Amino acid sequence: MALTGLEIFKLLPKTNCKKCGMPTCLAFAMQLAQKRAKLEDCPHVSQESKQKLAAAAAPPMRKVVFGRKDAQLTVGQETVMFRHEEKFYNPTVLAVTISDKLSGNDLNSRIKAVNSLQFERVGTKIGVRAIAVTNDSGSPEPFAQVCAQAAKQACPEPGRGGWSRERRANNSPADSSTSLGTSLALILVTESPQAAAAALKQIKDTAGTPLLAAATAKNAEEMAKVAKENGCPLVAKAESIEALADLSEKIKAAGVEDIVLNLSTGSLKEKLYNMTRMRVLSLKKVFRPLGYPTVSFVLGGSPEQQMAEACSLICKYSSIVVVETVEPYAILPMLTCVMNIFTDPQKPVQVEPKVYAIGEPGENSPLMFTTNFSLTYYTVESDVEASRVPSYILVVDTEGTSVLTAYSGDKLNEKTVADAMAKGNVASLVKHRKLIIPGYVAVMSGKLEEATNWEVMVGPRESAMLPKYLKEVWK
Amino acid sequence: MPVPEVADSFTGQINQITLGAAKAEGGSRTKTVTVGGAKNVVYGGSFDDAGEKPVIAMDVLDSKPHDWPGALAEQYKNVFDSPGDWAKKCVQEFGAELICLKFDGIHPDRQNRDAAHAVKVTEQVLRAVGVPLVLWGCGNDEKDNAVMPKVSGAAKGEKCLLGTIKQDNYKSLTAIALADGHFLIAEAPLDINIAKQINILASDMGFPLGRIVMFQATGALGYGVEYAYSIQERQRLAALTGDKMMAMPVICDVGYESWRAKEAKLADAPGWGPAENRGPMWEAATAVCLLQAGVDIIRMRHPKAVETVRKFISEIWS
Repeated sequence: MALTGLEIFKLLPKTNCKKCGMPTCLAFAMQLAQKRAKLEDCPHVSQESKQKLAAAAAPPMRKVVFGRKDAQLTVGQETVMFRHEEKFYNPTVLAVTISDKLSGNDLNSRIKAVNSLQFERVGTKIGVRAIAVTNDSGSPEPFAQVCAQAAKQACPEPGRGGWSRERRANNSPADSSTSLGTSLALILVTESPQAAAAALKQIKDTAGTPLLAAATAKNAEEMAKVAKENGCPLVAKAESIEALADLSEKIKAAGVEDIVLNLSTGSLKEKLYNMTRMRVLSLKKVFRPLGYPTVSFVLGGSPEQQMAEACSLICKYSSIVVVETVEPYAILPMLTCVMNIFTDPQKPVQVEPKVYAIGEPGENSPLMFTTNFSLTYYTVESDVEASRVPSYILVVDTEGTSVLTAYSGDKLNEKTVADAMAKGNVASLVKHRKLIIPGYVAVMSGKLEEATNWEVMVGPRESAMLPKYLKEVWK
Repeated sequence: MPVPEVADSFTGQINQITLGAAKAEGGSRTKTVTVGGAKNVVYGGSFDDAGEKPVIAMDVLDSKPHDWPGALAEQYKNVFDSPGDWAKKCVQEFGAELICLKFDGIHPDRQNRDAAHAVKVTEQVLRAVGVPLVLWGCGNDEKDNAVMPKVSGAAKGEKCLLGTIKQDNYKSLTAIALADGHFLIAEAPLDINIAKQINILASDMGFPLGRIVMFQATGALGYGVEYAYSIQERQRLAALTGDKMMAMPVICDVGYESWRAKEAKLADAPGWGPAENRGPMWEAATAVCLLQAGVDIIRMRHPKAVETVRKFISEIWS
């Protein structure tokens, strides 16, 4: 956590020599605290103070990077307990296990199943980002072999939208055809330094920087040595918060600084309470031995149970969650949970302003507009879909605000709507000249008719009433 | 290694309420349900700070719904026309702790049923099950004001949870809930200031704060769940730091919202897995997410989703 001006002042020489350009050391300290000055400007600061200040300037939770060069994954460096305080920065990495007991077709189909867990939501690609190869066999050879094969074959497929092809053709953003061009990161799950070393030797040219999991109190030195030699971040695995703090210090002393923490025991309840306590200790108490990202394993249980555990651990501070299930219906909600919880609360999520075709509308289909605030748009979209009346929805760029907010902020007026109509070339889409507008902005009807020469039809206030409106009022 | 103490204790706590009145209290419920009482944020402090375990209220509609997706409708198609049997099924087969009787059918744009119908349905459900009831209007102010007071009267003394009151429509329901001894749901549209304002308005009419449950509006996973999530976290923090006007237990409407999501309702989406798994999963995921932010009563629909969420709750609040 950043030091205050006064705390910094105590570490300065207090000579008021003015060589830094400030009248006093205190003034300089204040500037430092606000990051408007650099410590190097002080010629007399002691080596010891320099170190203390540098340490204090380090973020309370370390950033750890792993994965392939073309698809590096960043975890950690979080700053808050609650997303509304600022935001959660580095989205939880979702990983799926592959056992080194698999071989032949079983292994191929498992890798294929993991590769396919890529989706597209709101124009964003989301998916499983890592494979965790587990050393269930207990011996190094199969582990190294499966790691090598996973490293070679882990190439996710392009996202699957889920809905019909026509829809995707109409609505998916232009970049959906470009290949992902990325491969999944590897997590090597073994407590045997021999197995880890054997696997790393096999994959050193293909897998970039895998995450090594894990060092325990028993193997810490050997594991740290393997991690250090291969430049891999290392998971520290222990049974309690206290033991974890000991272990991370030990690993750090052995020369590995990129550490990820794993609490290995306890019920889900104990885990969630402990994860919360660890977050407080790292962020609020700046307790450095726990100032690292975390990984949780959700192994076993039905897809439903794994989803529930994974979602709770995503919300409550797991930087990486490893699951066993490859059921898309369990993975998609987990990925959506990551996406939602890591959304910046200050920035409204927007959809691209353009004309969206719902179903297969024709030249006689209804045309209505709404705003580009994603929540507004998706509510309207969902209700239009429910109506089963093929329609066009024109999305007006209101900088991500809802209908009423946009109207009162003058971002939704006859001019912005007319512009959007021109840009979307709606006149060529439909033969009629009727535009359905949200009931809440009925007052703009007159001006809008003047500006566009289209007949304005006032729709319902609540989009839930759209199905009825489209079926009964729209003719 | 000794780690620093984390002594995050708060002065406030969430109100604890008990819904449902047994015979001795002038009602006819065979079970009561107590929620609230949390003294910390979710997973904050010690296990004892967590308060009462959250409960699931299963939705029963007064009239047969016509727009429920197949995977959901399948579960109830035999009882759609009999709210009493529907409620019984939820309690006996699916373990519902509360029944939320939702009066969609009185909405002028839907079946436009009258007060006599609503009263009859209320009486049927009261007879059919012994758990406490949530009685939830259709959302049309005028119609709710005409019908819900009658519904309230039909369940007088049962300590139901009646709703919803809104910032610009709270007087008639607040008055009748006060007279009939019910609890109230105060609804705000994802706006923490309005949420507080409604509580103040109800309180100004002499309604006890300890009989209010807040509904901040719910977004499904993928459809705004993060807004509800953060509002609920902010409300919990406000309550814990001593704001009595924000110390109410929270209800959320997961069933309705999550079954509106494409991921739940689309029958044919091969990339997302079979519809009979997808829908319940989406509903359960929405509920689990909101539980992380702090919620006391969850309205749900699909028995499989209820099972997943109940299992999660029992693991955490054990």
